[in-house]
Amino acid sequence: MSTNEPLAISESQQMNLDTEPEGRWKGAFREMLAGGPGVAIGALILAFLVGSIMIAFTNAAVREAASYFFARPQDFFSALGSAMGGAYSSLIRGSIFNWEAPTFQRMISPLLLTLHNSGPLICAGLGVAVTFKAGLFNIGGRGQMLMAAVFAGWLAFGLPNLPVGIHLIVCILGGILGGALWGALAGFLNAKTGAHEVIATIMLNYVALYLLQYLLATPGLMQNPGSSNPITPATPMSAQLPRLFGRQFPLNAGFLIALLAVAFCWWLLNRSSLGFAFKAVGENKRAAKVAGINTDRMTITVFAISGALLALAGAMQVLGTVTTGFTDGIDGGIGFDGITVALLGGSQPVGVLFAGLLFGAFKAGGSMMQAGQMIPIEIVSVIQSLIVLFIAAPPLVRAIFHLPQPSQVAAAKKAAAKAAKAEAKAAAKKEVSA
Amino acid sequence: MKRTMKFAAVVAAAALLFGACGAAPETTTNGAGATDTASPDATADQGDTVENFLPCIVSDQGGFDDRSFNQLSYEGLLAAAKELGTEHREVQSSAQGDFAPNIAALVDQNCTLITAVGFQLAAATAESATANPDLEYLMIDDMADTTGDGKPDAPNIKPLLYDTAQAAFLAGYLSAGFSTAGKVGTFGGMNFPTVTIFMDGFYQGVRYYNTENDANVQVVGCTSEDCTEGSFTGGFEANETAKTTARNIIDQGVDVLLPVGGPIYQSALAAIKDSGRDIALIGVDADLFETDPTTQDYVLTSIRKKMDVSVEETVVAAGRGNFDPTPYIGTLENNGVDIAPFHNFEDKIDQDLRDKVEHLRQEIIDGNVKVTSYLADS
Repeated sequence: MSTNEPLAISESQQMNLDTEPEGRWKGAFREMLAGGPGVAIGALILAFLVGSIMIAFTNAAVREAASYFFARPQDFFSALGSAMGGAYSSLIRGSIFNWEAPTFQRMISPLLLTLHNSGPLICAGLGVAVTFKAGLFNIGGRGQMLMAAVFAGWLAFGLPNLPVGIHLIVCILGGILGGALWGALAGFLNAKTGAHEVIATIMLNYVALYLLQYLLATPGLMQNPGSSNPITPATPMSAQLPRLFGRQFPLNAGFLIALLAVAFCWWLLNRSSLGFAFKAVGENKRAAKVAGINTDRMTITVFAISGALLALAGAMQVLGTVTTGFTDGIDGGIGFDGITVALLGGSQPVGVLFAGLLFGAFKAGGSMMQAGQMIPIEIVSVIQSLIVLFIAAPPLVRAIFHLPQPSQVAAAKKAAAKAAKAEAKAAAKKEVSA
Repeated sequence: MKRTMKFAAVVAAAALLFGACGAAPETTTNGAGATDTASPDATADQGDTVENFLPCIVSDQGGFDDRSFNQLSYEGLLAAAKELGTEHREVQSSAQGDFAPNIAALVDQNCTLITAVGFQLAAATAESATANPDLEYLMIDDMADTTGDGKPDAPNIKPLLYDTAQAAFLAGYLSAGFSTAGKVGTFGGMNFPTVTIFMDGFYQGVRYYNTENDANVQVVGCTSEDCTEGSFTGGFEANETAKTTARNIIDQGVDVLLPVGGPIYQSALAAIKDSGRDIALIGVDADLFETDPTTQDYVLTSIRKKMDVSVEETVVAAGRGNFDPTPYIGTLENNGVDIAPFHNFEDKIDQDLRDKVEHLRQEIIDGNVKVTSYLADS
């Protein structure tokens, strides 16, 4: 596209640019992303409320007491109270501080587990958030994570003689390259052939999955020599992310990398010209094109960066979380959880950081809720899904919590401006008449 | 908004009214039982259960309702806990990264025996067992041997393995004799050793039938002794891929079909019904005739991998203070694997063939007929 094309735009096209109504879905999508922290917190509260009802109704003691509610209501309420108390205290004991543990080490280990879990979630959330900012949707997190695992894993097992430190850096960079290429491929298909990015990324998930399955099932490729199970060899020590507080805690340097990624994304989206171009494309692709931004190249770049961030999550899984050899489930659903994290974080890097920490805590607390209270793990997934559901319906959340509706805010502003104008006019008139 | 709230309130009140009119139980129960299943079973008998014995179980991603090894192991553990009169704890894993934290959560719950189901948990189990030498571990379907020396990584792990090839051998012999088309078929979910061991044994059984009876029954879906080159659906879901795989094998003219891997038998059954031909189905793990009544007209037999029985026995023994970490390998001899009764096919199999299968069982137990598998020489 030549640079002077904007000049060639006719009057009618210009009109079209200004007045073209936004697509219905595009509008809904924008609404979802523009919810703000108020809606995010509201959605969280609602999801917990509904989750609590589910915990209550899946609890046998509560159900039993409910059957004779009118005969002895106090039974019902005490059963309800202990079900709720047990559920949420075990969630906290599993994710922040376990006051029932015998040693201090084991008391704080849940918090470290939460931080450990949140590292990949934050990176994945950032990856998805970057595409949201550019008006695109990356559902290909799984594929990008798997490709990163293939690259990082292959470098980890294939080059065992590299010195400590260098080996780790090579593996991380290799993983990032793998995910970035896989992401860029989806971006390329979208930009050059018009394939919708949602379709392209979902299909590439399967390509990556079956590729990894093939590599795992074929002796001599990625399968652990001497085993016929589809599992890779263990990650050598020299390629493992160093653990921050000793071997007994899983928390590793991956979390620090995630914090760096947050800082990078903040800079990218808020301070760099590239980030400005991303947002311009996201706000209005046509206008960006008119302004001389090469939107095709931007689409590919956005997906490459998004893929690289998701690849960071994939590399952390291989080099930090599952170091004893991985299977085709190494992504652990984080590629999809990243979408939720990005939505809850409002696509802002700092928001994504907190959303990632919250989801890391859910993950850590889920084990304890199951083991201690026999609460099915699905409840945690339901709460997570409900968060997305409520975030997808900002007007509902605003109505329930009496938050101002954006249309009302705009109207109020307009009215205020009008009033101010009228006042100024009146004042001017007075002055004139005086 | 207000109107909807009113409506919701009315509905909720109605639900309460309908559901809440029961009478309170006569005896004063303490309603504070948040952990409903946690009340100790009053039928604790024999009094020789080890004090504070707490059996626990952690699944892989399949979950305890997978109609396969997770479920059978889980049922075994529940039965043992009931027999011992103890509580139990359970955790399901939803991703690979969950294994270690889930086992750690069970350790935190003061579990004394932890059952880990599936080869994927081997590394996490070995690590936890090394760190907690005073706890007991059961490892289902794997040796928990990450160092490669042929022994579990820690002395407090008891591996439970199943040489299902022996039972599959009987099923293969039976199928070859039962088949009138001279063709039988098999396919697996994924190329795992615990899957191919069924197919390998089945293949060997058919071949043994051929040499004994001078026949030429062919196996579709596994054409050599090493079934890792056979047909696989690529997953353990009863989906369209599984159905297509089954259909492709049926189209080759088989009249007995052995699908190996959790729920994929459902796809095989659907493909059999679509074909409109008389094709017999062979189940795996549990007796399909009993676990899924919709299959009753089709199940010739099932290759049973009695994880429920062996887990129950091992846990009960451990609960009575007799934990023995020697690896357990289920065989025809110790009744850890077997084929299920023929049920509806009882009359359709001639007596001569049934006698031969019974005789063959004894021959395998006595070692006169060798069934090879990756477990046979370990």
